[in-house]
Amino acid sequence: MVKKTNNIGAVAVVGGGIAGVQSALDLADMGFKVYLLEKSPTIGGVMAQLDKTFPTNDCSMCILSPKLVDCSRHPNIELLTMTEISKIEGKPGNFTVKATQKPRYIDIEKCTSCGDCASVCPIKLPNEFEFGLSIRKAAYKPFPQAIPNAYVIDKEGDGKHRGCVECGKCVKECKAGAINHDEKPKNIKLSVGAIIIATGSTPFDPIIKPEFGYKKYPNVLTSIEFERVLSASGPFEGKIIRPSDKKPPKKIAWIHCVGSRDKQVGNEYCSAMCCMYTAKEAVIAKEHDSNIEPTVFYIDIRSFGKDFDKYIDRAKEEHGLHYVRSRISEIVEDPKTKDLIIRYEDDKDQLKEDRFNLVVLSVGLCITQARRNEIAEKLGFNVNDFGFVETNPRDPIVIKPGIFVAGSFVEPQAIPESVMQASAAAANAAALLKDARGTLVKEKKYPAERDVTQEKPRIGVFICHCGINIGGILNIDEIVKYTKNLDDVVYADANLYTCSEDTQKKIAEVIKKHNLNRLVVAACTPRTHEPLFKNSLREAGLNPHLFEMANIREQCSWVHSDKPGLATDKAKKLIEMTVAKTRLLQPICESQIPVTQKALVIGGGIAGMTSALSLANQGYEIALVEKEPFLGGYLKKISFTVDGIDVKKTLEETVEKVEKNPLIKVFTSSVLNSLNGYVGSYEAEIKTAKGIEKFNHGVTLVAIGAEEYTPNSYYYGKDLRVSTQSELEKKLSDLLPGQIHDGEVFVMIQCVESRDEKRPYCSRICCMQALKNALKIKEINPYAEVFILYRDLMTYGFLEKYYKQAREKGVMFLQYDADNKPVVHNNHSLIVKVFDPMLSQNLELPADHIILSTGLNPGNSTEHISKMLKVPVNSDGFFLEAHVKLRPVDFSTRGVFFAGNCHMPKFINESIYQAQAAAARAATILAQPSLSAEPNTAFVDEDLCSGCRLCISICPYKAIESVDEVKNGKKITHAKVNEALCMGCGTCVSACPSGAMQQKGFKDKQILAMIASVGGSE
Amino acid sequence: MNDEKKDIEKDFEPKIVGFLCNWCSYAGADLAGTSRIQYPPNIRIIRVMCSGSVDSMYILRALLEGADGVFVGGCHPGDCHYIDGNYKARRRMVLLQNILATLGLEKERVWIRWISASEGQKFADTMKEMTEAIKKLGPNPISKKWNI
Ligand code: FES
Repeated sequence: MVKKTNNIGAVAVVGGGIAGVQSALDLADMGFKVYLLEKSPTIGGVMAQLDKTFPTNDCSMCILSPKLVDCSRHPNIELLTMTEISKIEGKPGNFTVKATQKPRYIDIEKCTSCGDCASVCPIKLPNEFEFGLSIRKAAYKPFPQAIPNAYVIDKEGDGKHRGCVECGKCVKECKAGAINHDEKPKNIKLSVGAIIIATGSTPFDPIIKPEFGYKKYPNVLTSIEFERVLSASGPFEGKIIRPSDKKPPKKIAWIHCVGSRDKQVGNEYCSAMCCMYTAKEAVIAKEHDSNIEPTVFYIDIRSFGKDFDKYIDRAKEEHGLHYVRSRISEIVEDPKTKDLIIRYEDDKDQLKEDRFNLVVLSVGLCITQARRNEIAEKLGFNVNDFGFVETNPRDPIVIKPGIFVAGSFVEPQAIPESVMQASAAAANAAALLKDARGTLVKEKKYPAERDVTQEKPRIGVFICHCGINIGGILNIDEIVKYTKNLDDVVYADANLYTCSEDTQKKIAEVIKKHNLNRLVVAACTPRTHEPLFKNSLREAGLNPHLFEMANIREQCSWVHSDKPGLATDKAKKLIEMTVAKTRLLQPICESQIPVTQKALVIGGGIAGMTSALSLANQGYEIALVEKEPFLGGYLKKISFTVDGIDVKKTLEETVEKVEKNPLIKVFTSSVLNSLNGYVGSYEAEIKTAKGIEKFNHGVTLVAIGAEEYTPNSYYYGKDLRVSTQSELEKKLSDLLPGQIHDGEVFVMIQCVESRDEKRPYCSRICCMQALKNALKIKEINPYAEVFILYRDLMTYGFLEKYYKQAREKGVMFLQYDADNKPVVHNNHSLIVKVFDPMLSQNLELPADHIILSTGLNPGNSTEHISKMLKVPVNSDGFFLEAHVKLRPVDFSTRGVFFAGNCHMPKFINESIYQAQAAAARAATILAQPSLSAEPNTAFVDEDLCSGCRLCISICPYKAIESVDEVKNGKKITHAKVNEALCMGCGTCVSACPSGAMQQKGFKDKQILAMIASVGGSE
Repeated sequence: MNDEKKDIEKDFEPKIVGFLCNWCSYAGADLAGTSRIQYPPNIRIIRVMCSGSVDSMYILRALLEGADGVFVGGCHPGDCHYIDGNYKARRRMVLLQNILATLGLEKERVWIRWISASEGQKFADTMKEMTEAIKKLGPNPISKKWNI
């Protein structure tokens, strides 16, 4: 049936950083055609330049690179690198995007990424990927894992250095004939239904702050430059050395807030992630070299994210990070030693100085003036005072109808927020274009697969010269001869480029001619080229899993070029091992898991309602379960917000939309009684007031919120003058001018029973609650007195402006230390005693009201849901995501997602985009009537299984269960793998004591055959 | 060290079987390649999905078949693509090393290391280090089948 729609089922994603990549992958998985436009020659963005990511210290490239590869392989994604958007025309559902693509001068399809062009290129330029800390050629690849995996020729240079001079050496050298110096810029016109802008922001350039001596003194680096210093693949190969003398520095200083929270440069906002990456850089530096003494100069430590506080604590305690609260006045160099003297005011306003071997400036993010003009001119978006694009906090992802935003183009933020917004943008685009979904994606038709299971193995081996990359070092003739003699090999030959178009055709012919039933390609790494060859097998009517690669380039010729003889021996062995495995390969049919295209949403707060609406707008049926009699959750308790948006109205409108939506079935006063099944087919029992209702669905979303914490200290509950922030908020919302007296004193205490041993996390929202209430008090009566006693003020991002506003309105801020908490005396009148570090003395504040900021606790049904859904929580009791950075709304169990405060405390706008993100991730599953299982899943030989259950306890995905069966009249117990949940790690295989558990594509006998063939002479 | 032993060490090219997880160590080995970092050609790499899938039996079998050393490479702690396969591998390796002694094999013949996708240099260095170390240990005493 052809669907009738005027909408175009394609989306343009502008910007190929992590946000753009995530949007593209989500949309492509949902069945939309995606054009991914990127200005530079590779996708990956800033994340590709980072060494590790906090708070888990994951290797950044390791987690990013598989996503980049996915992007380049996805049949629904078209990558347009070196492409810049110039104009948007049209209307939602039907836009025309105009763009220009600069010439790359190297054909991506032909380039084998061998690097021969770069090796002969005579032109040297500073390497921008390494921030000029190393050099590159004019013919270059930005970084080894760059996608597209191809070189590029830089003809422009960088202003100071000229680019390619067209000497023609590379043309001669390139055996693949990929270089074309005459390529011209292309104008591109794309018809799309929606647009996602994810162009990001730029690290602040401290050159305009001369007091820091950046670029004047060699040993002053920015934090992003320091990431490259840390990186094992960076300019110094991960050795911590300073630029001036390449010696290891001992004392390193980091300076927070460079170019952020800075009126002078016009960036009066907090860049939100610098505090954390600073701690991370210092910790990792220390891990590299334990002699390093790291000092951090800071204003506040804004550790407002999940598990951030624990990270900072560990940094201080285990890694000896020395934190100095201060303001920097200047940095000067000792010209003899090239050391740096930092002059600063400490927290007692004393002028001090200290000497360091290396200084790292923790720079924030900004939108450059040039970018601002561009945005205004070309795209006509509204931007805020700082040049970031403006959106409505209640619709945080929408720039204009049909145009969505994700990533740090909207606000400086860390990776998980960018990833969530990216998925949320995908959800918004998918809802807009729901009737055009699937209209522009092509499905490839393959011939029927030949059944080879009864045939004797007939193996063909293609050995690749890869130009001179393999052939120039290894003796290919000898290898071919050796390979021809291996058992079951009926064909072996060499090719110049096995990955080229014509060889692909040849492979198909050879398969037919020699009636091959298994194939080996000895060439480069399977990590990039395996899908290509598997595709050739399918086109030739063979199961794609009857294929293996021998890696004789990355893992042989390139690393043993100094020992060609031994390298040739090794290559022969590698091929022999691969043939040994291939002989035993069996076809794998990727099982299809049927999907019930409906979702269950647990929790009817703003997150749950938003997820439900987003999915319903994409056309899926939803059951929404809420334990209270009314929808609304925590939002019902909020009376007003600091940005003046009417929460009551937002809430009412959202509830109405949910209740009126014909696709959403709301169950209030109801709880989830049981949940059985797995991704694709769940069966829920919902206990309602009227009895049990059953609901079959394919994915489950959890949005069960959090609870306000009730404090036990500071006379709370014993003295009516002591209240919590939300109690105060409620009171304030009804007060009229005049109902607060002149001189009435409100003392707010932050972090009450929070960020301590018992609740070692920051609740993220309480600082703003305090500011909001303080501003409200001042609005009601400017002559009232408000004191906020705080530890670190977590007004990250643009929230900083409310901090400033409050200070301007005369709210008094007093900082206290965790081990010197304020004390309250209550002798009829309330007195708050607090130590003021600035004055080095105790202050006594007589208070009319004491307000406690207590934060949030995990919701009281968290434990119950966690058990029922078999999903984990972290040590604080909040739900634990599959990956903190890149899977911030997924549980590790396939098909279960979450959003909102149950993940960690957050603001309304953050809950909204996270909820939309969860909906997008859920929709990637719901979009298909069935889902392919991983090809390398485990399976059980039931006759061998002893029913010991070891595998069940070890499986990280809860994919194995124990089943009782009657076989030949005997009752047996054995393990059973759920293919829908198995992710194919193989851990159960190695744990199985009886050899009953096997992994497809990595069977014991296949691996053992490889091992056995290592022996013997070569 | 007597002369004879020295000679053996000089000519002896150990055979090492390496099990590398697809996501980190195998990628690290690839990066050593793309960065053209040279290391001794003694390792025969077998790609597995996760270090957690490396069965003790594989390692024992490799040693019984005569490999002079076995290398297991996984993601850094916390980085495993499958949550915690590398922790399981580490635990298993400790147990295994105890068994090796009963077979009359030095436990230094089996190495487990964490190598990330960006640590090409580390992979190459580890290969150098391991090859040297196994050279010092000399050929696998139970090596019969392998004629080198
Ligand atoms: S995937 Fe690398 S160790 Fe598990």
